[in-house]
Amino acid sequence: MCLAIPARIVELEDDKAVVDAMGNRFKAKTTLIPEAKLGDLVLVHAGFAISTVDEEEAKKTWELIAEINEFLETPNKISG
Amino acid sequence: MLERINKAQQSINAACKRLGRQINIMEVCGTHTVAIFRNGIRSMLPANLKMLSGPGCPVCVTDQSYIDAVLELANRDDILIATYGDMIRVPGKTSSLETRQTKGNVHVVLSADDALQLAKDNPDKTVVFVAVGFETTAPATAVTTKEAAEQRIENFSVLAGHKLVVPAMRALLTSKNDQIHAFLCPGHVSTIIGYGAYAEIVGDFQRPCVVAGFEPVQILEGLAEICQQLAEDNPQLKSVYTAVVSEKGNTTAQKIIAECFEPADGFWRGLGKIKKSTLKLKDKYAQFDAFKQFNITESPGQEPSGCRCGEVLCGLIEPSQCKLFEKKCTPQTPIGPCMVSTEGACAAWFKYGRKEKSN
Amino acid sequence: MESTTDRILLAHGGGGQLTDQLIRDHILLKFQNDTLAALTDSAKLDLDSTSICFTTDSYVVKPLFFNGGDIGKLAVCGTVNDLAVTGAKPIALSLSLIIEEGFEFELLDKILTSAGKTASVNDVIIVAGDTKTVEAGSADQIFINTAGIGVRIPGVELGFDKIMAGDRILINGTIGDHGMTIMSQRKDIKFETPLTSDCAGLASLTCRLLKNTRGIKFMRDPTRGGLAATLNEIARQASLSIEINEASIPVHPTVQTAADMLGFDVLNIANEGKFVAVLSPEAVEECLEICRNHPLGKNVSLIGDIVETKDVPLVELITKIGGKRIVQMPYGRELPRIC
Repeated sequence: MCLAIPARIVELEDDKAVVDAMGNRFKAKTTLIPEAKLGDLVLVHAGFAISTVDEEEAKKTWELIAEINEFLETPNKISG
Repeated sequence: MLERINKAQQSINAACKRLGRQINIMEVCGTHTVAIFRNGIRSMLPANLKMLSGPGCPVCVTDQSYIDAVLELANRDDILIATYGDMIRVPGKTSSLETRQTKGNVHVVLSADDALQLAKDNPDKTVVFVAVGFETTAPATAVTTKEAAEQRIENFSVLAGHKLVVPAMRALLTSKNDQIHAFLCPGHVSTIIGYGAYAEIVGDFQRPCVVAGFEPVQILEGLAEICQQLAEDNPQLKSVYTAVVSEKGNTTAQKIIAECFEPADGFWRGLGKIKKSTLKLKDKYAQFDAFKQFNITESPGQEPSGCRCGEVLCGLIEPSQCKLFEKKCTPQTPIGPCMVSTEGACAAWFKYGRKEKSN
Repeated sequence: MESTTDRILLAHGGGGQLTDQLIRDHILLKFQNDTLAALTDSAKLDLDSTSICFTTDSYVVKPLFFNGGDIGKLAVCGTVNDLAVTGAKPIALSLSLIIEEGFEFELLDKILTSAGKTASVNDVIIVAGDTKTVEAGSADQIFINTAGIGVRIPGVELGFDKIMAGDRILINGTIGDHGMTIMSQRKDIKFETPLTSDCAGLASLTCRLLKNTRGIKFMRDPTRGGLAATLNEIARQASLSIEINEASIPVHPTVQTAADMLGFDVLNIANEGKFVAVLSPEAVEECLEICRNHPLGKNVSLIGDIVETKDVPLVELITKIGGKRIVQMPYGRELPRIC
């Protein structure tokens, strides 16, 4: 019942953040994870970050994150 | 990833072969239902393993009286409705929010914060926020209600429809439904409540409870863990979603929920009344409570004739066993909530699993 | 005579002086060709053949301007593409406008310039049109209607009846780009993104393919309803089933993530610079080669096959992990969700 995707905090002021998910930028609030810092990977649901995400764990869990480095190295390759 | 998927599949096959008998695993969460279908996971499971779709679809389990209340409010010129997109097509007794959108006072929001902003931007109207969702979504409503109080945004009102997962799981098992052998527990709800929250299900009912995320590798590894436990007759509490789920969960979020809400008895479509299964705004925030402000009482509505959503939600029947499925009840003409919600079992079956009959 | 107002007045659609001004100072300037400049009541065209294709379409996209295009470009490309995928070389279009009173001339000029430029790039001329104005509130800014004529490429017969089990299916590039770009600018969902619409006229590629190969049976551009709708339409009309491979469907990770964020299925999202082609296995290598050497076909991919129908025509998808599921016709409206 919960769509949430990992995204990186690229702007942060108090609990108002802008997060980046593969280049898409969304507003998100970090009220629920006050320990979050600029640059952190977080899980975002309905406009709120609900958890921080460990980088290594992220690569093991989300295929797009695991593949993104491969994608960046070969710019003509499209996922799929 | 493919290697891990193959390994998990082999593990599931081996365990199910050992077990020999019919195994039913309930995926509690609607997002799991959709992910399982979308990835074609059902076609990869052994014949004696059946996935049951559970009541973890907030739209599906929202009582019709709640939806009718929203529709009543949508009729008023002094009210703006702020809702997640999920609720737009849910049918009440006579129509849905979609048909009311032409009036211009129904706004789709992506976040509770957007709903509060809508209230700030429209001081001459009252914004009613249709707050549905499980524990993943409740903290957002709590934070926003707190902010409304701090900033004195008096034209913001919350129609609290948040529900709690564990009481529903208990209710399923105590209603003498012994067909559920294990639970695949919702990944993102568990981010908030912690996987420890399911300990009582394992302890009291001896059912494996494994938390998994929504990527296919997560789901398969979660199912492999469950099958292993069943084969060894060793029901355990476990999480494979280590990236974001801890045993205790998000304590900040839990505190904020507790600040604004208290558990109350509530009606779940198809399951009836479940004790302490919904969240009610505390008296401290009464001025933002749309139930109080607009004198709304939730009384269980009657299911449309022939609708078997309740049984589908409990995993007692498959959508194809409902006489209305595919015939009178389709995504274009949904009768029950299981067909309306993109996460509803019936919608998922229709979209991903059904073979259309030729004319 | 220059316009004395910066916004459209009802009188601009009245057929009198202001209409005349509108045509001469705004429309003619942007669509420069002799046929139109003759200003006869209908365009006189001399075509190489009496075997023609004819199409019509309407454009109501909001926002009017988006990354990678605007309603003017879209109108021309959409019409060109309908002709192109039916096996014709597009020749001429009509472009009619319904404009809301109060619409800014600056925006109108931008749209017309874009349409004119797009026509030029796609080697077509805009030869006829009509302009109506309506009261404020009776139309959402501007609507465009087009009709298009193309000459059929000799020896090319495309149709559902040509499709057979064993045929292959290709698409010339990534899916979901246009729809997700538009979505990102919707007022209730607005988010920043580097995504651009793939809006483009496909005729130069389709004509090259049709003139240089034999074996293309059918083509369609997956616009509204996306790839899912197009494949279902093909399956139903051809009474055959389709099997596609998720791993072969090109999707840009940014598009995929944006769709995931909002709960959309990328298969249902509109494309405006893509075509799906059904072709005989023998034609595959040549077609792939031609596509790869064309700017609009760099990410061409073979995505699936036409197969015999078991009991009803179905579109089945083999997922990235090797599972199987059905692809249905989309509802017709994608709503963002949190669950």
